[in-house]
Amino acid sequence: MNQNKHTIFLLVANKHGVLTRISGLFAKRAYNIDNLSVGRTDDPEISRMTVVVECGEALVEQIVQQLRKLVDVIAAEAADPQNTVERELLLVKIKNCADTGGQLTEAVNIFRGRVVDMTPDSLIVEITGEEDKLNAFINYVQKFGVVELSRTGVTALERGKTALAERSESWT
Amino acid sequence: MRLTGAQILVKELIALGVDEIFGYPGGSVLDIYDELYKNRDKIKHYITAHEQGAAHAADGYARRSGRTGVVLATSGPGATNLVTGIATAYLDSVPLVAITGNVSTKLIGKDSFQEVNIVGITMPVTKHNYIVERVSDLRKILREAFFIANDGRPGPVLIDIPKDIQRDSAEYDEAESFTFTSRRHASDFKIEKVCAMLKAAKRPYIYAGGGAVISGASSELRAFSERIDAPVATSLMGVTAVPASFSGALGMAGMHGRYAASKALAECDLLIAVGVRFSDRATGNKDMFVKNCKVLQFDIDRAEVNKNIKADEYVVGGIKEILSGILRVLPKLDNKDWLDYVSVLKGSPENLLATSDNALTPKFVIENTCESIGRGASVATDVGQHQMWTAQYYRFEEPRTFITSGGLGTMGYGMGAAIGACIGSKKKRSILFTSDGSFHMNLNELATAVTNELPLTVVLLDNNALGMVRQWQTMFYDKHYSETALNRKTDYVKLAEAFGAKGFGAKNKEEFLAALRAVRDLDTPALIHCTIDSDENVFPMIPPNGTINDIIIR
Repeated sequence: MNQNKHTIFLLVANKHGVLTRISGLFAKRAYNIDNLSVGRTDDPEISRMTVVVECGEALVEQIVQQLRKLVDVIAAEAADPQNTVERELLLVKIKNCADTGGQLTEAVNIFRGRVVDMTPDSLIVEITGEEDKLNAFINYVQKFGVVELSRTGVTALERGKTALAERSESWT
Repeated sequence: MRLTGAQILVKELIALGVDEIFGYPGGSVLDIYDELYKNRDKIKHYITAHEQGAAHAADGYARRSGRTGVVLATSGPGATNLVTGIATAYLDSVPLVAITGNVSTKLIGKDSFQEVNIVGITMPVTKHNYIVERVSDLRKILREAFFIANDGRPGPVLIDIPKDIQRDSAEYDEAESFTFTSRRHASDFKIEKVCAMLKAAKRPYIYAGGGAVISGASSELRAFSERIDAPVATSLMGVTAVPASFSGALGMAGMHGRYAASKALAECDLLIAVGVRFSDRATGNKDMFVKNCKVLQFDIDRAEVNKNIKADEYVVGGIKEILSGILRVLPKLDNKDWLDYVSVLKGSPENLLATSDNALTPKFVIENTCESIGRGASVATDVGQHQMWTAQYYRFEEPRTFITSGGLGTMGYGMGAAIGACIGSKKKRSILFTSDGSFHMNLNELATAVTNELPLTVVLLDNNALGMVRQWQTMFYDKHYSETALNRKTDYVKLAEAFGAKGFGAKNKEEFLAALRAVRDLDTPALIHCTIDSDENVFPMIPPNGTINDIIIR
């Protein structure tokens, strides 16, 4: 993985406008968002965000500290890359020309993907994995004719028994 | 008891201790103004000439008094006119609550008359902001807004209240109470480590900023300076952190700071940063700034640590608490040789502020104003050369008496701020140092000062130019005076009189002293128009991104 990419975990209030506040902070301080995903947690009042930023080590600390000042941010922490499980989901629509020699099916299998939709002239493949794996798959299937694709952005959890909310208690 | 949103708002403002607010009425705040009318014995509302003036007034009020400034404006242009004032308060950490009306919720998003998304617009320049969606939320939001504005590092908060929310009613239970969790970063105070660092230093240097003023740490700062034998220099925002008469005071450091302050900074072995945020105007070249010393940083905002300058050690917390904590355990440290050296720097010819032999000089104007009418006064400025001259020449003795836009550098800030500071000091004298450029931006607020019979003295340094920009053109742009020669024909004395203030003109020292004598006995608004030379520049100057080696003394 790119040395300058860092993952930040966030717990935020599940209110409208929160995404604007987070992305607004990145915009106003000229932090570079590489990737962002957001979804509700098991607590309906709290959303979890995973932000991948491209910057040097020293700036990650600054970004986390600035995020922690936002009223709607409940927890913010930089991920330890050695100790983090990251996944992203990709849907890619491919022109359904004759699958010469089963090459496409083979690729989907090797990448542990699934065909989730098929029409007479297109099919949609779903792949889950780390960013690099998805990139590799996209590169490979270009030759079959990619119509369009959509990626969810990286989502991630840290290994071990503690939760982000507990780990971040010390800063409030 | 059921109350309308407008009733809840005004009732809660009173409960929060707000008795003076600034604002400007309009269509979307009629219900709030109706409640203010009914409660005019409890809250005094000051109407300004323009919402921007109201925002600056609330800001000046807060800076002077330490209380939360409150400003009220209508939707659309009323709200957008607040934005510069809110941004000014944000950059200088001023506790401000801005309340705007908006169109009714069902009209929002339809490009209705005087509709604007002020929450979206002010998001980057507030600590937090709200649009109230249910009248039942209003009370908690208002309480929380005041809490946030003052929690940790202060700053502005905006509450946008649609018109139907002001009219809807909700159950109001007087006994209900609210608690909010502070978002202040709790750092463990490694006091042994801090003390060891202080003891190891042979040439300690204290650099104090707005945080020291806001936290009310003036006496602790002096005691700390004496305890460790360290001189105290300040940033622009920290000018009143120690009295000018304090023996350890070096004055301001930075681009237009004193020679001794900059020189000692370059030669210290420990820089103790006390509530400063290391602005580019203060540090010059950031790579060279602390090249030869260690940095010990105290700040209430954890995000300020390592933001612009890397700290070797830091403590997060209120400046007053941190300094008292250290003073409780730290023995007297002896760095007499260093102090002796610093006092030699202080007495050196380079440390004298240059002045010209023109008929009337900024130095003469500011020093004599201070001496003649300065006692107990609040001093506001606009932005530019006169602002730097005021920071250099005026001898501030009391914290919170210097009201200036440091971070945002808002020309036009001064009139509103001086009015707010005057009201925030129970109508003691307020002095505004301004210039022909800045004054023209918001001179309309003279009307506000006159209506309210405020003891406000405007000292206008007229160099017939946008002086600071002109100075840069002189020094860095081959004297191409692009759009900085103003050549305006404004008659400032007549202008003051047209507004109902007293006007005085001064072209030389005698005339200026005569005007000061006349103003001294006035407790109503007056303006002294001082004609100075266009070529009066601000020195010393360390050019942008420079170091002490690049300093231009005169």
